[in-house]
Amino acid sequence: MSAITGWWAALPDLVRSIVVSTSIIVVVTVVVILSVAYLTLWERKLIGWMQYRKGPNRVRIFGFLPGMGQPFADVIKLLIKEVVIPSRSNKVLFRIAPAIALIPAFATWAVMPIAPGFAIADVDAGLLYILSLTSVGVYGVILAGWASNSKYAFLGAMRSAAQMVAYEIAMGFALVGVLMASGSLNLGTIVERQAGSVLTWNLLWLFPLFVVYFISGVAETNRAPFDVAEGESEIVAGFHVEYSGIAFALFFLAEYANMILIAALTAVFFLGGWLSPFQGIPVIGDTFLGQPHTLWLVIKTFLFLCMVLWLRATFPRYRYDQIMRLGWKILIPVTIVWIVVEGLMVYYKIGPWSA
Amino acid sequence: MFVQLLFYTFSLVLLATAAGVILLRNPVHSALCLVLTFFTSAAIWLLIEAEFLAIVLVLVYVGAVMVLFLFVVMMLDIDIEELRAGFTRYAWIGGITALVLVLEIVGVVATRGLSPTIELKAGIPPSDPTLSNTAELGAVLYTKYVYPFELAAMLLLVAIIAAIVLTMRHRQGLKVQDVAKQVATRREDRVRVLKVEAERRE
Repeated sequence: MSAITGWWAALPDLVRSIVVSTSIIVVVTVVVILSVAYLTLWERKLIGWMQYRKGPNRVRIFGFLPGMGQPFADVIKLLIKEVVIPSRSNKVLFRIAPAIALIPAFATWAVMPIAPGFAIADVDAGLLYILSLTSVGVYGVILAGWASNSKYAFLGAMRSAAQMVAYEIAMGFALVGVLMASGSLNLGTIVERQAGSVLTWNLLWLFPLFVVYFISGVAETNRAPFDVAEGESEIVAGFHVEYSGIAFALFFLAEYANMILIAALTAVFFLGGWLSPFQGIPVIGDTFLGQPHTLWLVIKTFLFLCMVLWLRATFPRYRYDQIMRLGWKILIPVTIVWIVVEGLMVYYKIGPWSA
Repeated sequence: MFVQLLFYTFSLVLLATAAGVILLRNPVHSALCLVLTFFTSAAIWLLIEAEFLAIVLVLVYVGAVMVLFLFVVMMLDIDIEELRAGFTRYAWIGGITALVLVLEIVGVVATRGLSPTIELKAGIPPSDPTLSNTAELGAVLYTKYVYPFELAAMLLLVAIIAAIVLTMRHRQGLKVQDVAKQVATRREDRVRVLKVEAERRE
């Protein structure tokens, strides 16, 4: 043991920091990928129950828990399928488009306040970093649509581009409200400023912004009812119609990673991230239940994910012009009005700003 | 050492992609090169600790402006041969423009000087080391330069309104959905319940 610690201490600082941060990154990435795998299963199970079906129930792990092996069976199937590259497509862009969709979805986790006082990179401009990276993800979709040399894929890409630009503005404005409430761009500080009790979370005081953020988050991830970029009833499968095998799986992975990200970010911005909902309540708040913990973040994220799945099971797809109307004419005005209201509350010291 | 290595890597990518923007045949490839150019210049700004500018560059130009740019470029079916037709006719204008630009850059470098070893200076040292670059910028922008800032915002707003007014046309006879009207519809407007007396058996 001492030999290992001595050998470790002898390494240069740069190497040590690289080893430590790389292993943290690997752990977080693996956890996110596994969550994605089981989110796909949970989606099919949950929607199955909502529709009086059983959902996947055949593939088992070690002979028990029906359905638990489904994600791995799917991955293996996709891995061994042939990736067909269409003739007369743009070969290079066709190949890198899935990667461009995937990288921002994972890179954003760098600034996520995972546990009290911990993030992979505790940067001061974390909120800006998240906004800019989520806006880069659209390139994967646009490039996939264009490089495929297919009309359906191209239509999907065009729809996605317009939708992303519209909803990014609403999202940004909603986050301006969060920024005003916490006075910081650091995500850890944003969580800490919500400490106290459930009533001091941003959820109550910024409720309209919370709704706008969640809706635009669902729209940004191209989930139902905003999935016109895929729109299988009109344009087959939209931007990824020409992708097969593991190339398709990468788009799938990116979409679900983005879903988890949006759910976690909603929890961080509006529901106090890793803060306990029992904090500040007499008796129960003083026990271990009142302590901040990563598990609270996990629970809140899970609740939002279930809500996204519920939306998919409930609503029919929006028509394209209705999506544009909702984004530009409803969500953006709501955020602007509430930012003004919030400004007045801050100025006259109402609510959590009274101190 | 490490920072310098990063700087030279980013600079090389920046120069290569900037050259690609004007040299590549395919307009979509050019636009993508421009995206990468913005990205690498943002990375270089990060190296001099101007993180606010760097992230906003990515957010505004890469995330929004270039998406719309690509949107348009992909839709256009550009014929390269047609574009190259007037090359010799306009070459002299381009030449003069390039010459003037080079002279201007040489003039600036000659008066200011260019140190032989490129040092990465950490920008203007912050007045309060506990504050980040973003907080510093915000503090100055909303106090000292608040009027120019507001003026710029107003100009942009006017430009947006002007653009919308210039392009918006109400075509006659277009069937548009009026959502407010649809939502305001009551049951009485649509359904009429009639009570029809059943015929008596004779």
